[in-house]
Amino acid sequence: MRHGAIAVLLIGAAALGGCSEGVLDPKGPVAAAERLIMLNSTGIMLAIVIPTILATLGTAFWFRASNTRARYMPDFAYSGRLELLVWSIPIMTVILVGGVTWISSYDLDPPKPIASTEKPVRVQVVALDWKWLFIYPDHGIAAVNQLTIPVGTPISFELTSSGVMNSFFVPQLGGQIYTMAGMVTRLYLKADQPGTYRGMSANYSGAGFSDMYFNVNAVPAEKFAQWVAATRTNGPVLDAQTYAALAKPSQAVTPFTYGAVAPDLFNGILSNVSSVVQSDDPLCLAALPSQRAEK
Amino acid sequence: MNLLGKLSWSVIPFDQPIVMGASGVVILSIVFVLGWVTLKGYVPYLWNEWLTSVDHKRIGVMYIVLGLVMLLRGFADAIMMRAQQAVAAGGAQGYLPPEHFDQIFSAHGTIMIFFVAMPLVIGLMNFAVPLQLGIRDVAFPTLNSVSLWLTASGILLTNISLVVGEFARTGWVAYPPLSELRFSPGVGVDYYLWSLQISGVGTLLTGINFVTTILKTRAPGMGYTRMPVFCWTALASNLMIVAVFPILTATFAMLLLDRYLGFHFFSVDAGGNAMMYVNLFWMWGHPEVYILVLPAFGVFSEVSATFSGKPLFGYRSMVAATMVICILSMMVWLHHFFTMGASASVNAVFGVASMIIGVPTGVKIYNWLFTMYGGRVRFSVPVLWTIGFMVTFVLGGLTGVLLAVPPVDWQVHNSLFLVAHFHHVIIPGVVFGVFAGYIYWFPKAFGFKLDEGWGKAAFWCWFIGFHIAFMPLYVVGLMGMTRRLQHYDVVSWQPWLVVAAAGAVIIFVGVVCQIMQFVVSIRGREELRDVTGDPWNGRTLEWSTASPPPAWNFAFLPHVTDRDAYWVQKKLVCAKQGQPTEARKYEPIEMPKNTPTGFVNAFFAVVTGFALIWHIWWMAALGAFGAFVTFLVFAFREKEEVEIPAETIARFDRAHPAEVAL
Repeated sequence: MRHGAIAVLLIGAAALGGCSEGVLDPKGPVAAAERLIMLNSTGIMLAIVIPTILATLGTAFWFRASNTRARYMPDFAYSGRLELLVWSIPIMTVILVGGVTWISSYDLDPPKPIASTEKPVRVQVVALDWKWLFIYPDHGIAAVNQLTIPVGTPISFELTSSGVMNSFFVPQLGGQIYTMAGMVTRLYLKADQPGTYRGMSANYSGAGFSDMYFNVNAVPAEKFAQWVAATRTNGPVLDAQTYAALAKPSQAVTPFTYGAVAPDLFNGILSNVSSVVQSDDPLCLAALPSQRAEK
Repeated sequence: MNLLGKLSWSVIPFDQPIVMGASGVVILSIVFVLGWVTLKGYVPYLWNEWLTSVDHKRIGVMYIVLGLVMLLRGFADAIMMRAQQAVAAGGAQGYLPPEHFDQIFSAHGTIMIFFVAMPLVIGLMNFAVPLQLGIRDVAFPTLNSVSLWLTASGILLTNISLVVGEFARTGWVAYPPLSELRFSPGVGVDYYLWSLQISGVGTLLTGINFVTTILKTRAPGMGYTRMPVFCWTALASNLMIVAVFPILTATFAMLLLDRYLGFHFFSVDAGGNAMMYVNLFWMWGHPEVYILVLPAFGVFSEVSATFSGKPLFGYRSMVAATMVICILSMMVWLHHFFTMGASASVNAVFGVASMIIGVPTGVKIYNWLFTMYGGRVRFSVPVLWTIGFMVTFVLGGLTGVLLAVPPVDWQVHNSLFLVAHFHHVIIPGVVFGVFAGYIYWFPKAFGFKLDEGWGKAAFWCWFIGFHIAFMPLYVVGLMGMTRRLQHYDVVSWQPWLVVAAAGAVIIFVGVVCQIMQFVVSIRGREELRDVTGDPWNGRTLEWSTASPPPAWNFAFLPHVTDRDAYWVQKKLVCAKQGQPTEARKYEPIEMPKNTPTGFVNAFFAVVTGFALIWHIWWMAALGAFGAFVTFLVFAFREKEEVEIPAETIARFDRAHPAEVAL
């Protein structure tokens, strides 16, 4: 009984605590769908788990040795009907939640484009030691430790890492995905409301990991266009040399932008980590592209 | 060439007061214990009766002592982490710099899984399985001693890293590329790898030993369907050890080749692929969870049946569920990285497969419930741990099924929600189970019970402290806090982490109560003495012999006619009361001879491991040679067994009339 109360308290507390941030306060369609799945699955399981907890406590209490009213059945060790029941209850629960799992794994597959009339904005993400680089290849600009996106437009992310594995995660917009050197992972997200959302690396990557977070500024489309235009007019150029300087380990980097980006820099970063490979070695080359080679 | 490899005075962190303080305390306590043992003249006794012992009961006890001591170390790490995260909010950096904090969470995970949970679980299996099977020892007694001491070698190396050098800063999973030489040039990862390679060999040998023991050396009449459920869970657990520990050893061997000889298995360049490591690691790592939890389920089965005065409900279901878990556990590893970008089909298949494990686990919960149903439940301490486990574990299982839903996992993976989840299953599932187990079998091992009052106090502190420590972590996880943060900018997380730290303090009080329970019980052992050998009105064969059992366990091998063999026999004896029992003819018993092989071998293992970590090649060669010579000396020994004369056995039996004739 204590435990049921704790469970209720926990959910209540989580709902309250999550009001203003986190995965329970989604600001985009992906995060909203994921929250719905989380709540549905929890509901289905609590319907079984809470009675089970109560039944356990009730049985243990009623059949306490000092209770003379309880019937002692020293040989009660098998009942076909009960066996059928104890296998059926979890099987039925798993069928329900398994169905949710199966359908949602396809529906919300991270690289699946979000249906929209707007053309997606492309962002190339590079996880560096220990900061985030966001390249806007179609706009020819880049930003470090800040991600500005238009509201209502799907964002198409291509993600990689300069070395160590990280995980790109903006809880209020949707689930995370790993960034791995020499490979590209893909993710679609969309913000439905303007606002500033916390993004971070979710996968521990070394000494500067704790400061590897950034703000996502979701702004209306016209403001986004203004920001792009303003960014183009100032700031350094991101090319192979400036990238090499940026890629050196540094911690708690203040956000800044690049006014121009060398074309095809992202692909250069991808192949650069594998520069040791001689290009005429087919075996090594075959291992390079990720499981999500998108070309 | 430097004769001492990378070793120099500078590797000892004299500038870090916290590290030096902790090391000082550890070294002083070791010196104190060794000095006390020497002064009191206990060294010959310890050496002859314990350190060189091949008796499965003593090896089991030593495993449990190792596990409990390391629990204190792992718990100290936990308290430090909770304290750091309780204060390091906003601009504050807390009291632990990243390079220290990162070692602490890596050491905490490594120690708790490999050097606390494994020794405790293997210790219980060592102690109880041969007794429950009605036999005199495991299949390979000397190998058993070697296993124990190799585990101890790994533990020693990990603890040496506290003073000499550093431990890994990679997290306990040591994912490359972070754990590759390019990103972790220090000796920390080498300490991690060699400690686990050495202790891993010990664990694999244990697996081989117990699979053989359970399959080949049961008492006459003990068919598979008459084995106690704890033996079934031990069989499942050891089958998994044999199946998956070689994967871990091979994976670490590849990482070692990367680090020592410039191979490119998992590196970012030259065609290496870190995703292979992640897959291989969890092909071992997921079954590992069940290697730990299944024997604990076995303990809960024994405890719930014994203290309800009833047979276990649904024995066949229970065995089937155990074996289903054993097989399924090896097919779900991918759910540890749904976020790595596998295709929707792969994620969906592994998600559903992971949930299916929930079915046999759920069945077990209901079977324990129906075991209590119609019973006379005595609320002794092991029962408290069992019921505490049942009500806590189902919620931990719930969050586990949630994490098996890929879209939910993408949102809470690597967050404190995940941290809360796996503590929510491992603490009730494994830790509560082991605590129930050692209290349950303590009177068998030492001949007196543990104090109930302190035991109950420890349970309530752990139970309440656990919820206060881990429920807030679910909340901050949902609020978007990731794991392994040395400091954080979001101040709204802080209150929850302060509450979690308070919970850790309550658990600490529970640990103190456990220590007090030992102290009080040992001092008052005469009042707690059990002369019957059967203090709980037990059902299985271990309760049919004296407490503590003689080296040979049973003067006559029991003839098993049914499940719950001892219970059935007790009923028969009651029915035949008053009739004269036939006189039994004692015969001499051959028992394996004690040997220092395991201990000496472990000494050389530590030397070799330490030398490899510090690149002292001559010493590594010397250590390996020493281990080989030890093996040769053992292989060519002249006397393998000692014969215990019939008169000794008869005298022991006369002194312990409680033993029921089987």
